[in-house]
Amino acid sequence: MSAPAPKDPGRLQGRRPSPRRVWGDRLGTLAMLVATVLVLLPVGMILFQIAQKGLGTMSWEFLTQAMPYSYRKIGGGFFNALVGTAIMVGLATAVAVPLGVLAAIYLTEYGKKNLLATLIRFFSDVMTGVPSIFVGLFVYTAFVLPFGFGAVMGAAALAIIMLPIVVRSTEEMLKLVPRELKDASYALGAGTWQTTVRVVLPSALPGITTGVLLAVARAAGETAPLILTTLGAIEIVTKLVGAPISALPLAIFDGARSPFAAGQERAWAGALELLLIVLVFTLLARVAASRSRISR
Amino acid sequence: MNENTISLEENITATERGSEGPAPAFGAPSVFTVRGLGVHYGGLPALRDVSLDVQPREITAIIGPSGCGKSTLIRCFNRMNDLIPGAEVSGEVLYHGEDIYAAGVDPVTVRRRIGMVFQRPNPFPKSVYDNVAFGARINGYKGDMDELVERSLRRAALWDEVKSKLRKSALALSGGQQQRLCIARAIAVEPDVILMDEPASALDPIATVRIEDLMQELKQEYSIVIVTHNMQQAARVSDRTAFLYTEVDEAAGQRWGILVEFGDTSDIFTRPRDKRTEDYVSGRFG
Repeated sequence: MSAPAPKDPGRLQGRRPSPRRVWGDRLGTLAMLVATVLVLLPVGMILFQIAQKGLGTMSWEFLTQAMPYSYRKIGGGFFNALVGTAIMVGLATAVAVPLGVLAAIYLTEYGKKNLLATLIRFFSDVMTGVPSIFVGLFVYTAFVLPFGFGAVMGAAALAIIMLPIVVRSTEEMLKLVPRELKDASYALGAGTWQTTVRVVLPSALPGITTGVLLAVARAAGETAPLILTTLGAIEIVTKLVGAPISALPLAIFDGARSPFAAGQERAWAGALELLLIVLVFTLLARVAASRSRISR
Repeated sequence: MNENTISLEENITATERGSEGPAPAFGAPSVFTVRGLGVHYGGLPALRDVSLDVQPREITAIIGPSGCGKSTLIRCFNRMNDLIPGAEVSGEVLYHGEDIYAAGVDPVTVRRRIGMVFQRPNPFPKSVYDNVAFGARINGYKGDMDELVERSLRRAALWDEVKSKLRKSALALSGGQQQRLCIARAIAVEPDVILMDEPASALDPIATVRIEDLMQELKQEYSIVIVTHNMQQAARVSDRTAFLYTEVDEAAGQRWGILVEFGDTSDIFTRPRDKRTEDYVSGRFG
């Protein structure tokens, strides 16, 4: 009984992949490269244009002073709009984040697949897709008509826009918390709430923070709902109810459609300011996302 | 540790309880008395008609081939199956004579008495200290936390290795250390029973030996139930062994686990009564 002759394994060198594979590979790589450039091109052009046109008017004065009394006048800035945006986005965040995170906890830890949870998920998805002007119209009809324009009305509209983003992004992050960690907590005699507060939320916190910051960035840039709920103002307003108040996107919108060069210049600088704010929040979101686990 | 006077459910009187379970076999009351236990997942059977007793301060091993319901069975002892949607448990699991599935029993109370260690080490992404203190904190422990943490780590034979890094993340420990940390975390809530679901299957041989030595130590104070698919491990560490096997209903396309044989570990491995047990422990399958 003789062992079969070992199969010749062949040589490793001198074997080229077929031309079809080589060219397919090159073509595919090129197509992806072109697509990436095309995607980045508009972003780059926007950044370039805003920087180019905005930097001329951007100054310490612009950042710290309110608008002049006429679009025609040179000078002044968007400080009033910055204050308005800070107040309204702050209020909206204070409402939307706790509500959204609690709703997401309900979805993942309590409701799971019951009817209410399914409904919340469905309407959150619908809400994410609703054009923001509808949200503005709703708040206008429900709150502005009886109570007048004001920061609270704008904040309400922004909160409604932020809520589904916070709910769904938080839910996704909570779902990523490993089953083993929750089991460990339950096996130690923790209830659902204790497990959520002490294990699930801390593990998901970086991801939740990312979602919240992206929602904040989105709210800071919203224009349409504010037109209908806060109207805009040229002076610094800190009243929460009963007084029209400005916001950066509103001020940009007003300045840009004014027929005067000074107003348009300010709008470009305002756009640059808003862009930087959104950029900062997006960067913070990236930093938060990269710290997904506590350091070793 | 705990006497058999513990009451999970205040409204069951002693006489009522006495009439419920069968009399324990050897005078000493069993920690667990399981009778006719079955589990269904989403209507499909996973485990059928299991009856066995777990004695205090002994190691009871559950062995059997993959998919025979070993984990399902051990998760019945602290109601972890409650967390799986669609899981239904039938039959009786008496803990010191009390049915842990009775209507008035809170699974949280059950789990504070009956600790569990899982297959994959699952420390929380917190410090070593916070991992051990977790259970005590949620239970509102008022005593000296530092002392409790040290005592638990010592009992889990981990203190010397981690005493200088109590504030470091538990995730930085090796797999074997993480598993002993999980054991320390479980014993820090002063349980009566420790359930171990394949505690060493993700560990290297040296870490496995350390866990097995530790189990012998812990046996002095706790009753231990261990699931393992390593027969040598069961033979080495346990006092009693339950052999589970899979039954298949070809017509219905269903399979479920049954208890084939339960007895002293030495009997199971040297004088098995059932042919299937003999085939399994002699390595003919599984």
